[in-house]
Amino acid sequence: MYPNPAVADFVTRHFVPVRVHVKENADAFRTLGDRFNAHWTPTTLLVDGSGTERHRIEGFLPADEFLSQLALGLAKAAFARQDYAAAERLYRDVVEKFPNTDSAPEAQYWAGVSKYRATNDAGALKATGQAFRERYQDSTWAKKASVWT
Amino acid sequence: MAQDIQWSRDFEAALGSAKEKGKLVLLDFSAAPM
Repeated sequence: MYPNPAVADFVTRHFVPVRVHVKENADAFRTLGDRFNAHWTPTTLLVDGSGTERHRIEGFLPADEFLSQLALGLAKAAFARQDYAAAERLYRDVVEKFPNTDSAPEAQYWAGVSKYRATNDAGALKATGQAFRERYQDSTWAKKASVWT
Repeated sequence: MAQDIQWSRDFEAALGSAKEKGKLVLLDFSAAPM
């Protein structure tokens, strides 16, 4: 995943990267693995400055899927700090830039939730439910959004 | 041109840096060849 130039560029621009290796950094691997309940490789955690995990990626993913997950993590972090306008924008970025990944339907769902949180307009949820009738109809997220239409 | 990732090994220092820069720490648990 990381040798991919697009992944390396995205990581460098958006994150402070830390690697603990199962053999080369065995003590840190064990300590941090216990702290975050991460006992398999590869596992990638996105952690905010207070030490709170905001997103988790377990197992290998092709570059495009991995990138979409990193972008999803940025959006989740914005949502967690209640910056709903930024969260909506970041979630919509995931849908726009990675439309064919598994992250896209999840991002479409949470973009609607973020807009609702930002505006308190239930129409945002209804519109999201309707959007799932046109795209990602077979996803779990479409089922979750079906209650909004 | 893409650059190689400059991996840190110091998680606590990375948290401080993340807080300062308004970024997230990407913590990679790896078994890949170093």
